[in-house]
Amino acid sequence: MTLEWKKVSKRFGDKQAVDELSLEVPEGELLVLIGPSGCGKTTSLKMINRLVDPQTGSVLVGGRDVSHVPAVELRRHIGYVIQHVGLFPHMRVSENVGAVPKLLGWSKEKIEQRVHELLELVGLPPQDYAQSWPAHLSGGEAQRVGVARALAADPPVLLMDEPFGAVDPLTREILQREFLRIQSTLGKTVVFVTHDLDEAIRLGDRIAVMNEGRLVAAAPPAELLLNADPFIRDFTGEDRALRRLARLSVGQALGDATPMKSASRRDASVGAIRTDATLKEALSQMLEAGETSLEAFSPAGRSMGTLTLEDLLERAAGEVAS
Amino acid sequence: MKTPWSYRQFLGSALGMLFMLILLIPSILSPVLSVPFPEAQDPVFPRKMLAVLALEHLWLSLAAAGLATIIGIGVGIAATRPAGRTFLPLVRDASALAQTVPPAAVLALAIPFVGFGFQPVLLALVLYSVLPVLDNTLAGLENLPSAVLEAAQGMGMTRFQVLLQIELPLALPVISAGIRTSVVINVGTATIGALAGAGGLGSPIVAGLIRDNPAWVFQGAAASALMALFLNGILGRLEKSWASHSKVEKT
Repeated sequence: MTLEWKKVSKRFGDKQAVDELSLEVPEGELLVLIGPSGCGKTTSLKMINRLVDPQTGSVLVGGRDVSHVPAVELRRHIGYVIQHVGLFPHMRVSENVGAVPKLLGWSKEKIEQRVHELLELVGLPPQDYAQSWPAHLSGGEAQRVGVARALAADPPVLLMDEPFGAVDPLTREILQREFLRIQSTLGKTVVFVTHDLDEAIRLGDRIAVMNEGRLVAAAPPAELLLNADPFIRDFTGEDRALRRLARLSVGQALGDATPMKSASRRDASVGAIRTDATLKEALSQMLEAGETSLEAFSPAGRSMGTLTLEDLLERAAGEVAS
Repeated sequence: MKTPWSYRQFLGSALGMLFMLILLIPSILSPVLSVPFPEAQDPVFPRKMLAVLALEHLWLSLAAAGLATIIGIGVGIAATRPAGRTFLPLVRDASALAQTVPPAAVLALAIPFVGFGFQPVLLALVLYSVLPVLDNTLAGLENLPSAVLEAAQGMGMTRFQVLLQIELPLALPVISAGIRTSVVINVGTATIGALAGAGGLGSPIVAGLIRDNPAWVFQGAAASALMALFLNGILGRLEKSWASHSKVEKT
């Protein structure tokens, strides 16, 4: 389902929260909204499920102006994940996940089956978690339940407002990876708000940078990191070249060549790197070992060719999005 | 889930039960009372059986607490809805102010306007005991985690569904504590009702004071105190069993 902001503006008192925002999200895209706090990214997100109504302009979901759809009806078909999760503390995990299907009047058996499916999907074995109380979950587990709850009625659109912002960095990375895996199978249209650039680069198909209510740029991560706009350059920081490298895997840089020939199994020791490592890790390994080339191995231990420092320089200087 | 009875709770209940039996059966009460009050001519209050007075008292207190609960929760909900929010500070101030007026004063002020009997006393009791319910309803509904409310609204619950399925269940432990306070206040305050002709356990107290018979004062006071303790205990246990069911507390 496509999304679109059409010349949308919203003012809170003296503050212009969103200023003439126009942006389209094609079906199945994961769009990241990013910007400094107060830039209007959350307000823009909340316009989609009508938690905020714009003063001028219109927001379209699947081509329909949301102001013509009853808010309650609209929201039941849009998944919503927030930073502090907001699980219902007086309901078990299964009841939390089944909340929207229950609102939609699904049968008990269908809800139960769906809850089971979803808990599997987010990596929480139902037999261990379905009957738990939210108070007994860790931050990471709670947010997995939050994601499962948002996906419960299989909404075509998913809104995520800094969903991984309140968990520790290690858990955040795991959740990001898991979410990418889920998204690659479900292909929802996702709007994801964050203020973490690394997260945006890792997750986004496209990143929209906002500042003071305005859209500054919207581009795929690799392109955004090459953007010459002073605000964007400032925002992406001095290490944007490294961020570009972090975005690509060794395998991608080598063009996913067919395995050369099966070599003896080697772990990633000095001089060797796995193809699923990022180019940033490859560079770090080269610097550490004082070498200018690394032999690449697939996770299965097959030799995939040689990665050279020249490859890295080429990629860091700005490659075309692959 | 059942919380096990502790030894102390059990002993307390057993003693309370025994005490109540003594109070309710005149033929046992009479010899017991003549021990601490040997000079009393007529140790047991003669006009009505204590059991009947206790029932009157219970009915008056619970009726008042019931009305106070309905009004308190109703006003509390109304003042926390978007449409009623303008009145929230007013309601809060009124509730805080009225809490500082002692119940006897409320009754004394009420009598000239509403006269004597059951109904005016009921009115006075409701006026006073609505405050703990209202206060706790406001506190319970105002202090809910905002993320929970945002999630509920964002997933497409109607306002009414949010209130019924999320807000009230989460605020219930706080609200029910308010109801318990209201009941206890009513049981204690209803003794003053005898002054306004509402009967109840206040009758032996008032009569005893007038006729200089401490035995009557004692039985009225003891019975109402015991009733307050009992109701407090029962309601407290109910609250606990709800709380352990809803698992709102962090472990």
